[in-house]
Amino acid sequence: MMKEQPVVELRGVWKAFDHHEVLRGISLVLSKGTTLAVMGGSGVGKTVLLRLIAGLARPDTGEIRLFGRNIERLREEHMLALRRRTGFVFQGAALFDSLSVFENVAYPLREHTSWSEGEITDRVHRFLSLVGLPGTDSLLPAELSGGMKKRVGIARALVLEPEVVFFDEPTAGLDPTNARVVGELIAELRSGVCDTAIVVTHDIEFAGMVADQMAILHEGQFAAMGTPGEIHSSNVPAVQAFLAGELLEN
Amino acid sequence: MTTATYLRVHGRQAAIWSGGLGLLTGQVMRNLALPPSYWRLVMQEVDAMGVRSVVVALTAAIFTGMVLALQSAVNMARFGAENYVGPVVALSMLRELGPVLTAILVGGKVASGITAELGSMKVTEQIDALRAIGVNYVKKLIVPRLLAALLIFPLLTILADFIGLLGGMLIAVLERHVDAYVYWNNIFYWVTVRDFLTGVGKSFFFAAIITLIGCYNGLSTEGGTEGLGRATTATVVQVAMGVILADFFLTKLFLFLFW
Ligand SMILES: Nc1ncnc2c1ncn2[C@@H]1O[C@H](COP(=O)(O)OP(=O)(O)O)[C@@H](O)[C@H]1O
Ligand SMILES: [Mg+2]
Repeated sequence: MMKEQPVVELRGVWKAFDHHEVLRGISLVLSKGTTLAVMGGSGVGKTVLLRLIAGLARPDTGEIRLFGRNIERLREEHMLALRRRTGFVFQGAALFDSLSVFENVAYPLREHTSWSEGEITDRVHRFLSLVGLPGTDSLLPAELSGGMKKRVGIARALVLEPEVVFFDEPTAGLDPTNARVVGELIAELRSGVCDTAIVVTHDIEFAGMVADQMAILHEGQFAAMGTPGEIHSSNVPAVQAFLAGELLEN
Repeated sequence: MTTATYLRVHGRQAAIWSGGLGLLTGQVMRNLALPPSYWRLVMQEVDAMGVRSVVVALTAAIFTGMVLALQSAVNMARFGAENYVGPVVALSMLRELGPVLTAILVGGKVASGITAELGSMKVTEQIDALRAIGVNYVKKLIVPRLLAALLIFPLLTILADFIGLLGGMLIAVLERHVDAYVYWNNIFYWVTVRDFLTGVGKSFFFAAIITLIGCYNGLSTEGGTEGLGRATTATVVQVAMGVILADFFLTKLFLFLFW
């Protein structure tokens, strides 16, 4: 039987900013139906890694494949078709601040479909309910709390039902209640809208809730990668230190 | 800092800036031909730029025309040539001051506005959000602004030319008692269509320089609100410098081509 092609594949990816080497040879494979949690302390390069995978930035060397296509030197215009098949949830939500909640979530639909206003409204309302924000249509981003913004950002990333979603710190900066709501939401997605995802986080409990693969990023490389069980029984010092909370901020 | 270090650091920054601006220009050129076109967005930009600019451009133009008339009339009175104030004002206005002043004044305003808008989208990751959704941000954010500017600046230049001549007439007629008919008649006799068109021609190039600098500085903004302030200020200075430098080379080019 032919093996299914991985959704995301990285080989020997390096990335530096002004002589500061952030990523030093990252390789990973993400298959369909898998949720990978990338963990690590603050500033280790989790966001940089996610942006490279989504084609929002370019690696210095190494190979990045998205849906089997090499993207490390792909022109912006040719990336667009691939990005339609992916969703990206930004750490700071990155909502369009001049547009209402409804228009933020409708934006990908207006851009990529020729649906009627009725179809768009139905779809937007379905996803706003999914993230627990029904009836917030006409609010502007400035009127939302941090947790609400994040959930609108999640709805916007999911509304086209992408094949893979990249979450950047979906629970960071939220109070415990909101963090749990978002965590449960992402866990639920696995059996519904989208079963393949990379979740970047420094929240171990949350990672345990959603991931079936974990990777720990430390000094530009993966200190360990495997199932949650394998990670927890790892004897790599950096992993133990991370699990003990020593590499966490605050 | 030694002079050598100073030159090296700033030389490197200037090289990166020009290179980036060049790359963006190439990207915009490619995208001009790509579907879809967002005409609605172009009209929105025309509206925003036009409204922001008319009063500034015309106030500057009328006073410039008046100053030109005052200065040249004093000098020309010595030769008894006051009736030729018209052509002197017109030549300076149409060939140089109309397009250049409009580009510097309105351009500074328009370009810093663009830098502020795009820069705040950049620092709040809204540009990346557009890209992540699969939106061609060059097509959506830059091309409409460029097309709007290519429409607005020549029109404003023509308007400024005319208002400048009117300002010149006010002074010539009211202060120097030149006959209004003689003022205009001499303009039409001595000034050619080519004088007018080279000025308007320049304004197309200025429009492109202004939008591209504004957009590039906005898109490359880094460092939060502080960076945004720096980028906006840099835009005003660079637009003025860009227009003046380009004016020199365009004047050379047009003289070479059309004279
Ligand atoms: N655009 C950039 N320019 C310069 N340095 C950057 C840039 N983006 C990230 N970095 C640096 O890369 C490192 C990793 O950043 P990041 O991926 O945001 O960390 P985190 O793991 O907290 O998400 C940091 O030291 C940061 O300063
Ligand atoms: Mg981060």
